[in-house]
Amino acid sequence: MAAIAESTSGPVTASAPPRGKPRKDSGRGSPVVYFAALVLIALMLGPVLYIITGGFRTNSQITSNPAALPNPWVFANYTEVLTSSTFWRQVGNSTISALATTIAVVVLGVMASYVLARYQFRGRGAMYALFAAGLMFPITVAITPLYILVKNLGLVNTLPGIILPQIAFALPTTIIILVPFLQAIPKELEEAAAIDRCSRLGFFWRMVLPLSVPGVITTGILAFIGAWNSYLLPLFILNDQDTFTLPLGVQAFASQYSVDTAKVLAFTSLSMIPALVFFSLFERRIVGGLTGAVKG
Amino acid sequence: MSSNFGAETLAVAENAPGNRPGTGGGAQAPPPSRSRPGIGWRQRLEIALLSGPAIIMFLAFVIFPVLMAAYYGFYRWKGFGPPTNFVGLQNYVTILQDSLFQEALWHNAVIVVLSLVFQGPIAIGFALLLNQKVRGQSLIRVLIFVPYVIAEVIVGTGWSLMLQTNGAVNAVLRSIGLGALTSDWLANPDLAIWTLMLILTWKYVGFAVILFLAGMQNIPEELSEAAAVDGASYWQTQWRITLPLLGPTIRIWAFLSIIGALQLFDLVYIIWGQYVSSTAGVSTMATYMVTEGRNAGNYGYGNAVAVVLFLISMVIALVYQRFVLRRDTQGALGGR
Repeated sequence: MAAIAESTSGPVTASAPPRGKPRKDSGRGSPVVYFAALVLIALMLGPVLYIITGGFRTNSQITSNPAALPNPWVFANYTEVLTSSTFWRQVGNSTISALATTIAVVVLGVMASYVLARYQFRGRGAMYALFAAGLMFPITVAITPLYILVKNLGLVNTLPGIILPQIAFALPTTIIILVPFLQAIPKELEEAAAIDRCSRLGFFWRMVLPLSVPGVITTGILAFIGAWNSYLLPLFILNDQDTFTLPLGVQAFASQYSVDTAKVLAFTSLSMIPALVFFSLFERRIVGGLTGAVKG
Repeated sequence: MSSNFGAETLAVAENAPGNRPGTGGGAQAPPPSRSRPGIGWRQRLEIALLSGPAIIMFLAFVIFPVLMAAYYGFYRWKGFGPPTNFVGLQNYVTILQDSLFQEALWHNAVIVVLSLVFQGPIAIGFALLLNQKVRGQSLIRVLIFVPYVIAEVIVGTGWSLMLQTNGAVNAVLRSIGLGALTSDWLANPDLAIWTLMLILTWKYVGFAVILFLAGMQNIPEELSEAAAVDGASYWQTQWRITLPLLGPTIRIWAFLSIIGALQLFDLVYIIWGQYVSSTAGVSTMATYMVTEGRNAGNYGYGNAVAVVLFLISMVIALVYQRFVLRRDTQGALGGR
């Protein structure tokens, strides 16, 4: 609303867009607001920057002064990690696991949410309640039998062994977020499609999918980050170093090189890059998606 | 021909929901069954095809394991072959009498309460600040969300390096003249749980801020404008308008926070490891479950712990939904 009003009147009064409330806002808040925001950001990013810059130091630098900038900057830790085959194998495993989980969750989630949002049938409330109850079953509760189930399926030490449970456990969040999105598509569109002899599935394919892209991206990112960071499930399922995903790799690396702090920090900071990149690319969508979910 | 038929049933079915808002919310059950003669085989097939895969996955890998946990929990079982040594409720008796479990339960309770007390006010405060017209707001939002996106393993590894006695935190304290405050953050049993709370707050407060900001942006600007016209001060506006209207968001966040705190595992297990966590006073029900169950090879016992953990979470969740969330979720399934 405000954005539209501003952009239309923008060219004329470029210097005075703060027409309505600015007197108050600029007078009272600004410096305080910016200061508080800066403090917040410093607190949030400090530890992250410590991990990243620590990777550019040597162990003797870290021992003599744990909290300082690299002097001189050392790149050996990062190059060693980046040239090790272990690291890249784990990146590969994590990528496969996260991508497969994301794609499957989104596909299954959109289909089920569409049913919940647009079909009237007996048992619809029960189905919604089933998935909503899934929010109460974090993987912690089911982990031991899940391990036994995966073992019986012969999938221990394989990536499908973690992908399948990850899909199932990501479904509730996905569906809870997507249903309001799909419900928000106006009935008139569906009626118009019906008049045009477009079947329900055709409507799903041609109208619903394109219109639900924001919600799909939100849930996709959440599923990707969840799978990328997942720790407990791989801890149970993957015991073979060759199948380790990055979180297990970080831990194994940290205990293997416990005296080599700088190298651990380098390994750690490299392994957080993909989730961060993925998130910052789609940040707007995530916040938008959460808004939709909160509204729902 | 068949598509023609599909369109007809569609049109019939579409009439029904259109009428229903008029019938009012009170009588929900009768109208659907009457007003829906149009559910033909075709729609049933679509429903089954579209929702079937998700339901099967969910039942197989979520519901089934949870039920199996309840079954295994009645056995003393080392995880090889089918369980045979039925011990009834013995595992549960042992759990409830084990002082290690009682401690873990207490730690969980503390973490639940302190998470709400720490993160809630901080997050509301920062959301209020950022809800004003701030330059670079979207960048700020990305940056405060960063800790939430980073894996627990990385957070745990990084913080445990920083919090060692000769680590960065103590070094910073010394360099700014607060050397008296340096401590053994991780191993001192009086401090460890506060250290854990600090790390938890750091990791999860960004999520709360984003959620609250999203909620605030749903509040129509006209309301605060009207209040300003009526002469309300900034704080009056926030206190009387923003916070009450943010209620649903706060209640949902609190729900997620409580459930998350009850299930807390990764960070504790990574930072304190399986043995130290109970002596440092930060063990949780989930770390107890993994230590005493899988790591000790007692799969039956571990499953019983999982059941206890689940029942506690579920009771709390149901009570919360019944008494706190009810009015928010009433409209959740829009069509009703």
